[in-house]
Amino acid sequence: MDKFSYINATSLEQVTSLLSESGWGEVMLIAGGTDLLGELKEYVETPKTLINLKTLPGMDGITADASGLKIGALATIDDIARHPTIQHHYTVLAQAAASVATPQIRNVGTLGGNLCQRPRCWYYRDETINCLKKGGDVCYAVDGLSKYHAILGGDPVYIVHPSDLAPALIALGASLKIVGPEGEKTLSLEEFFTLPATNPFRENVLEPNEIVVEVTVPQAKPNTKSFYLKAREKGAPDFALASVAGVFEMDGKTCKTASIVLGGVAPAPWRSKEAEAALTGMMINESVSQKAGADAVQDAQPLNDNAYKVTLTQNLISRAAMMAAS
Amino acid sequence: MASWGEASESRLIGKRINRLSGKDKVTGKAKYTFDINRPGMLYGRILRSEVAHATVMGVDTSEAEALPGVKAVIPLIEIGNKLRYQGQEIAAVAAETDDIAKDAIRLIHVDLEELPHVVTEADAMAEGAPQIREDWAGNQSEPNIREDGDLEAGFAEAAVEVEATYSTAVQTHVCLETHGHVVEWEDEQNLTVWASTQGVFGVRNDFAQHFELPANQVRVITEHMGGGFGSKFGPGIEGRAAAELSRITGKAVKLMLTRKSEHLVAGNRPSMTQNVRAGATRDGRLIAYDMKGHGTGGISSGAGFQAPYVYHVPNLRTERVNVAVNAGNQRAMRAPGHPQASFAMDSLMDELAEKLGMNPLEFRRINDANEVRQAQYTLGAQEIGWHRRNSVPGSGTGVKKRGIGVGSGLWGGGGGRGTEARVTINADGTVEAVTGTQDIGTGVRTVIAIIVAEELGLNTTDIMVKVGDSGPGLPSGGSGGSQTTPSVAPVIKTAAAAAKQKLFERIAPMLEAPIDDLRVGTGTIYVVSDRTKTITWEQATGQLGMESISEGGHWDEELRQNGAAGTQFAEVEVDTETGAVRAIKIVAVQDCGLAINRLTTESQINGGVIMGLGQALLEERFMDPYTGRMLNANLEDYKVPGTLEIPEIKSIVFDTHRRVTGVGEPPCIPTPGAIANAVYNAIGVRIRELPITPDRVLTALAEKKA
Repeated sequence: MDKFSYINATSLEQVTSLLSESGWGEVMLIAGGTDLLGELKEYVETPKTLINLKTLPGMDGITADASGLKIGALATIDDIARHPTIQHHYTVLAQAAASVATPQIRNVGTLGGNLCQRPRCWYYRDETINCLKKGGDVCYAVDGLSKYHAILGGDPVYIVHPSDLAPALIALGASLKIVGPEGEKTLSLEEFFTLPATNPFRENVLEPNEIVVEVTVPQAKPNTKSFYLKAREKGAPDFALASVAGVFEMDGKTCKTASIVLGGVAPAPWRSKEAEAALTGMMINESVSQKAGADAVQDAQPLNDNAYKVTLTQNLISRAAMMAAS
Repeated sequence: MASWGEASESRLIGKRINRLSGKDKVTGKAKYTFDINRPGMLYGRILRSEVAHATVMGVDTSEAEALPGVKAVIPLIEIGNKLRYQGQEIAAVAAETDDIAKDAIRLIHVDLEELPHVVTEADAMAEGAPQIREDWAGNQSEPNIREDGDLEAGFAEAAVEVEATYSTAVQTHVCLETHGHVVEWEDEQNLTVWASTQGVFGVRNDFAQHFELPANQVRVITEHMGGGFGSKFGPGIEGRAAAELSRITGKAVKLMLTRKSEHLVAGNRPSMTQNVRAGATRDGRLIAYDMKGHGTGGISSGAGFQAPYVYHVPNLRTERVNVAVNAGNQRAMRAPGHPQASFAMDSLMDELAEKLGMNPLEFRRINDANEVRQAQYTLGAQEIGWHRRNSVPGSGTGVKKRGIGVGSGLWGGGGGRGTEARVTINADGTVEAVTGTQDIGTGVRTVIAIIVAEELGLNTTDIMVKVGDSGPGLPSGGSGGSQTTPSVAPVIKTAAAAAKQKLFERIAPMLEAPIDDLRVGTGTIYVVSDRTKTITWEQATGQLGMESISEGGHWDEELRQNGAAGTQFAEVEVDTETGAVRAIKIVAVQDCGLAINRLTTESQINGGVIMGLGQALLEERFMDPYTGRMLNANLEDYKVPGTLEIPEIKSIVFDTHRRVTGVGEPPCIPTPGAIANAVYNAIGVRIRELPITPDRVLTALAEKKA
């Protein structure tokens, strides 16, 4: 990696002020570093300055009360996976966190870093390949090797969003607090992520001088069941070939509301309104769950090597729905 | 006649004995080449080509040389020469720190004229493909053709036929310790090399030849090494570059490959494609076999495989070519050619058996002339519960379906001449066993201790074993072909016996007994005709005074045997919704002759099964046709089995005789075929391409449905 200066953060004001000195890539934030270090070592990013966020006080807490859940951006993935209230009332989130990488990475990787991590695309991660995402002309996955690429929302960059926590949090209706030089703002996590058609270079709406500080999740409704199903080639560590975060408000076998968000299949966590519509108000059985899966992928546009993800995604959604009814 | 004696007489040989270096390894005390640091040592790095095919027009190293901390920069390719694969060496640097060396190679400016590349076999074989080897028409070697019997008559006699294409991906070795060396010149004539190698003396001789030194002025040390699997015989370009950098700078240089380079240039198992048409008679005899196949070993040849494999076919024609692609060269990889061959043949066997309506095991029994494997079929079938398999493949109910399959293999492992060893008994009772072999990981250090301790009536921990050092001048061959133990064991055994004989000669007068009447007990020596005459080992060696006993040994045909048959049974579970294949249990029945250490023999079988499982279910090199790059030269997208993938492994040491046969390689052979057949038995859809990943399973299931 190239040389950089390393600054311990003392306050959010200091962080946003340092970030405001340049555009993307000059000054970067580091917390767990499990994503960024890889990028630095591969020269995908070559920042001049790194700001260490671990020295910011009070940003790693998890609180659960009647209003819901508040998780600081510096909470580790392991903290989330092991939190008793999350395990009990926000199961999909605990399961998603537990599915991330390895214990070593979960111990240092943070919520904020997980949401803001960059794509794993093998063209993007190769320093010598100047792909569209990095300002080049071509998304190589379109004609190249696309086994791990997007089937939904890809055009013109077919990366998949690698986060496991994001689909789970979006399915739970989470909001995100962002701090910039102008102060703080809150937006729904779903709105945070963007597709390449909007911005091929970034995966979210964060400005170069902003920082994610907290995620809030509304109180889980009674009779809610939730699951995170992650298909992968290896038990661990491995990113999702496809994943489904499903939150189901149930009345017996009838689904009152469903929230279905997909991971590993689109450049952003992908809420499937089609699957949700197919399940909402329905008595869940095999044909209903299968229809939900089929509806979710009806607009899928697979590339040369990833048509299997269409079937896989469809099957994961119907499996999650059947689990909700059982 | 020399012999290892009866099992009932053995105190240590054939028992399960802990690896002598085990504690050092798990506590981190064991020093691998990566751990060696020398005073004033520099760090070496190599600049490698990122493009697959280009002519080098110029290399400018001036900026790198000017970087503070850089001590030397050397070219590794001549201007005007061609780079023919990603990763090929361009230049090397030595610097005070590894970070400086890394920065320095990025300051070397290379002027390239890019040439069209082909990195996949399909592209290389396509009409009008760029010619990447001048000596091969159409990027293909001259076909290797074999004919036997009368193919037409064979097919005329066949009651059933199968026509299918089987293929396997390129697999890389993934040595946990990457290739590399620490090199230090004592003076202009004396070189010491710490090498991560499976051939200490081969590396020594290579360096000696390269630098025109007498061989005994090069010392190569490999106390511990982190895996070779066939890829670590010579010093390679990186080893010679390290030595050159060290010579120029007058300092020790450490140069270890990066993980990426390890994938790109440190060898691989070639791919294989077989287009087969084969027939069998109604009574279940293989009768005709027609195969056209190819594989790639990168820019080099060496993509061979046996076809047919293991089972006998009287009428056949086979035609095989090597296909050149712009990718790093193959190197021998654990049972070269065999797992590919076994996967294709055992898949074919099951397909033919099904057409005949015959139990696939019964079909094998009819066509397998190997008596050892016939016995293994019985034992393995019993261990896995062969009767539980689906009589109609894919007939299980539910989303997750289980199936059982079988595969077979054969290997040599008989060892050979060329090892010298010394066993020394000192007056204080200590015993040393020295030879120039190396412990590639199979546990030969412990094997040597067991043999000497058995012979002298001592414990393994009483024996000081020195291996992995050319310094004492006791050569031994490279650890390849599963030859190490069968080559070393006879020499150690005869050396220990000779030392014992010498000791008996020295103490016989004191015991007032004929030499032939002396025997070793456990830590004692006694007179067989008068047990009252018993002395301790130390009392005996105390007679030696200033004079140690030091004896050599010799290789003995009678103490080893060639030929190791193997059979494996796999049970798998396939999730038909996700395409995930999980191995539940593998039963590996491995012929091995005398297992000197049953524990490490089992470990080798476990390791082979795990490597075979990786080839069957996970490992695949991805080459990008457009950029010419390997896209998964890492351990994120090149997936090797982890603890969660490893099933219950029942390693059965099938010792059919009391002679030593090496088994480092054969246990990885039958695994892919057994797993592929188990997958078919589970889901009723045959996957003819390795690895059997979820995409392939889901695609196959979808095709069946459609």
